Amino acid sequence: MAFEPKEEQKELKYQELRIYKDDELKNYTEEELKSFKVKHPTPLLDDLEKGPWPSFVADAKRQALHRRKLSTDRMLIERDVVEDMLGQLEDSFNDGETHWKHGGIVGVFGYGGGVIGRYSDMPEKYPSIAHFHTMRVNQPASKFYNTDYLRSLCDLWEYRGSGLMNMHGSTGDIIFLGTFTEQLEPIFYELTHILQQDLGGSGSNLRTPSCCIGKARCEWSCIDTQDMCYELTHHYQDELHRPAFPYKFKFKFDGCPNGCVASIARSDMSFIGTWRDNIRIDQEAVKAYIGGEIPPNAGAHKGRDWGKFDIQKEVIDLCPTQCMWMEDGKLKIDDKECTRCMHCINVMPKALRPGLDTGVSLLFGAKAPILEGAQMSVLTIPFMKAEPPYDNIKEIVEKVWDWWMEEGKNRERLGELIQRYGIPKFLEVLEIPPMPQMVKEPRSNPYIFWKEEDVPGGWQRDINDYRSRHKR
Amino acid sequence: MALSTERLGLYNPEKPMENRITDLGPRHFWQYFPPIIRNNYGKWTHHEILEPGILVHFSETGDKVFTVRCGGCRFMTVEHVREICDIADKYCEGHMRFTTRNNIEFLVDSSDKLEALKKDLMSRKHVSGSYKFPIGGTGAGLTNIVHTQGYIHCHTPATDASSMVKAVMDDLFDYFQGMTLPAQVRVSMACCLNMCGAVHCSDIALLGYHRKPPIVDAEVLESVCEIPLVIAACPTGAISPAKTESGKKAVKIKEERCMFCGNCYTMCMALPLSDKEGDGVTILAGGKISNRISPPKFSKVVVPFLPNNFPRYPEVCETVKQIIEAYASDAKKYERVGDWAERIGWEKFFEKTNIPFTEHLIDDYRLQYDTYRTSTQFKYTEAAWEVSRAAGGIED
Repeated sequence: MAFEPKEEQKELKYQELRIYKDDELKNYTEEELKSFKVKHPTPLLDDLEKGPWPSFVADAKRQALHRRKLSTDRMLIERDVVEDMLGQLEDSFNDGETHWKHGGIVGVFGYGGGVIGRYSDMPEKYPSIAHFHTMRVNQPASKFYNTDYLRSLCDLWEYRGSGLMNMHGSTGDIIFLGTFTEQLEPIFYELTHILQQDLGGSGSNLRTPSCCIGKARCEWSCIDTQDMCYELTHHYQDELHRPAFPYKFKFKFDGCPNGCVASIARSDMSFIGTWRDNIRIDQEAVKAYIGGEIPPNAGAHKGRDWGKFDIQKEVIDLCPTQCMWMEDGKLKIDDKECTRCMHCINVMPKALRPGLDTGVSLLFGAKAPILEGAQMSVLTIPFMKAEPPYDNIKEIVEKVWDWWMEEGKNRERLGELIQRYGIPKFLEVLEIPPMPQMVKEPRSNPYIFWKEEDVPGGWQRDINDYRSRHKR
Repeated sequence: MALSTERLGLYNPEKPMENRITDLGPRHFWQYFPPIIRNNYGKWTHHEILEPGILVHFSETGDKVFTVRCGGCRFMTVEHVREICDIADKYCEGHMRFTTRNNIEFLVDSSDKLEALKKDLMSRKHVSGSYKFPIGGTGAGLTNIVHTQGYIHCHTPATDASSMVKAVMDDLFDYFQGMTLPAQVRVSMACCLNMCGAVHCSDIALLGYHRKPPIVDAEVLESVCEIPLVIAACPTGAISPAKTESGKKAVKIKEERCMFCGNCYTMCMALPLSDKEGDGVTILAGGKISNRISPPKFSKVVVPFLPNNFPRYPEVCETVKQIIEAYASDAKKYERVGDWAERIGWEKFFEKTNIPFTEHLIDDYRLQYDTYRTSTQFKYTEAAWEVSRAAGGIED
């Protein structure tokens, strides 16, 4: 099965695209790096070079040295941008306060998202980071790369920016950290015209959608997370780049209820792959797990002696619905009681697999605490088939957005709007009936908002008629 | 066509819209899959973790793919990414990927290549001694800490991020390279309540936060902020309009109603609230996002405040270690931190982790009642005897 991109993809060859020659890329020795000092004293940062975990300080220093040794005409923003960044970071440690100014509206023409303005509040001391804008670059689904593409991005970003990046930002984008205003448009032009690559989202937009590794390298993915992510990202480019929403909106795609991209905690609209038929069982493999021939939980517990695998204790008794048992040496599952929590499948991946009739559960409204407290997504649509071009899903997306754009207050996330109006209103918007699966338990307060049309005879009554039966 | 080296490249500021291309979206994922991934897309049957950091996935076609997972700093320079590319070119036909927790994954199709790759990765160190590509982060261990920008790039942080992660990961390095825990432990870090990293459902969450109300920069407020938006931004209604003596429009803050969320500062740069002594770290524990066995849960605040002791945060590192070690010695196989805490009861969590329980851990914000215990089912711990003593209920 191969996928066709929406637009023809230019093949990118680093050898044709590159800016730097080999000798410019390897322009310092290990000896030079050992004796290299950045121009500002950084004793606190230097301490972070010790210890086994990769040191971002050591990494930044080699970037600083690399820039020191490039010739002046081989970069378009200041040579010492990394050194100034480190100097300011050291000052922030000393002061216990950040030295980045609040805000700053910059961007590229026609977009409201993708660029975040950033200015130092110590520009006299650190002129090279007086502007230090971020650009969010929309990552390919599941963050697979080839080196032609990554090396080309590196050359572009070293030439026109600081050479500092995040791989990746929390939402998933490749983050270019730090360039001057003048270079924003040129970088965008190079990205689009030469690298056929767009920016991601920021501001009150659809944020860059992201997905788990899906069918690319996981046996559990019930949906094509990459394909859905790609298709919906392309379909909603306008929403990604031009702010029209009350606040941010996130799509995340998890292939199964294990939730490796955390969609249930982090996205306004969580797509979680699931199935509606039976868990597939390989009874021979079940025996092999019981016999100790295959390590449980795919070997995740190999670091410690937990004793012999016990299917009763480790699988059957831990099943949250108690829907499994052994019978005549075979594992039985009462699938209609199963809530697809994935535990048994995770413990015995060779023996148990999700069903084949797969689709997606849709949940809405997750967000971090600002403003109304943290929320997780609410299970709203239990199961939908999810096949390209995902028209059934796009219909839902648009109903949600229409309502939120109409009713949402400034900086109100979808989850907060749902709370303000209540789920029954949200169901009206989605034109779906209520189901007990939407709640953990029914309400315990009886203050029910009946509507006039719910009650026979309506709400309009005659006081004289009432008084004819009840004296004042 | 090569990347341009002209100062403004292809961009012509005189005619910014000429030949402009927009809304291309991301490049298509398929071209970035190594051949073995393309050939086996959707055909994987099962997998195994061979050793910490090394996975093998089996396909119904008979193919196998080995993955080596290495920890990475989220902050990376182009020099580092170029080194990743060198490795990928040497061993993986020019392909690699990143995980959602900022690990780097190299994929190979044979165990011979795997051995050479492993050796190479562990031999690469920064000149100052730290590993560049430590292998680990799988199974019942600790994976990389996802985090936010901190002082490197953010205008609202209450602490730094990259440095805290470095300090904590140095301390927990054995758990990254091992699989000795009862289940996986996900540590996450966000440098203010905005939680760009959405750490609120992690086994252990480190959160920078402020403790002083904003300072009103009344001289500039009316010219740089939309006052009604600022007032509306406060979730507790602590901000109201005011005028300075010189007649400028500004706002005043009812300080006792401020819970330091910083939302007003996000709306208005004239209300800064960061402060060296006021800012610090709060620790949450017991959250998860997986639906496995128990439903996803929020992390709960277990330490209300620790100081920002740059650059190594000894108090934070110590507390995280205390939680993980108590959990490691007490939890059952497959039990996540939150599941463990719920089984033994949160009162025992505080006893076993030796973390003091303070009034700040009792919710006094909205929906607080949902967290109160309305039952006589509780366990006795020293904290309970202290209450009994203080109330005059017992003598000793």
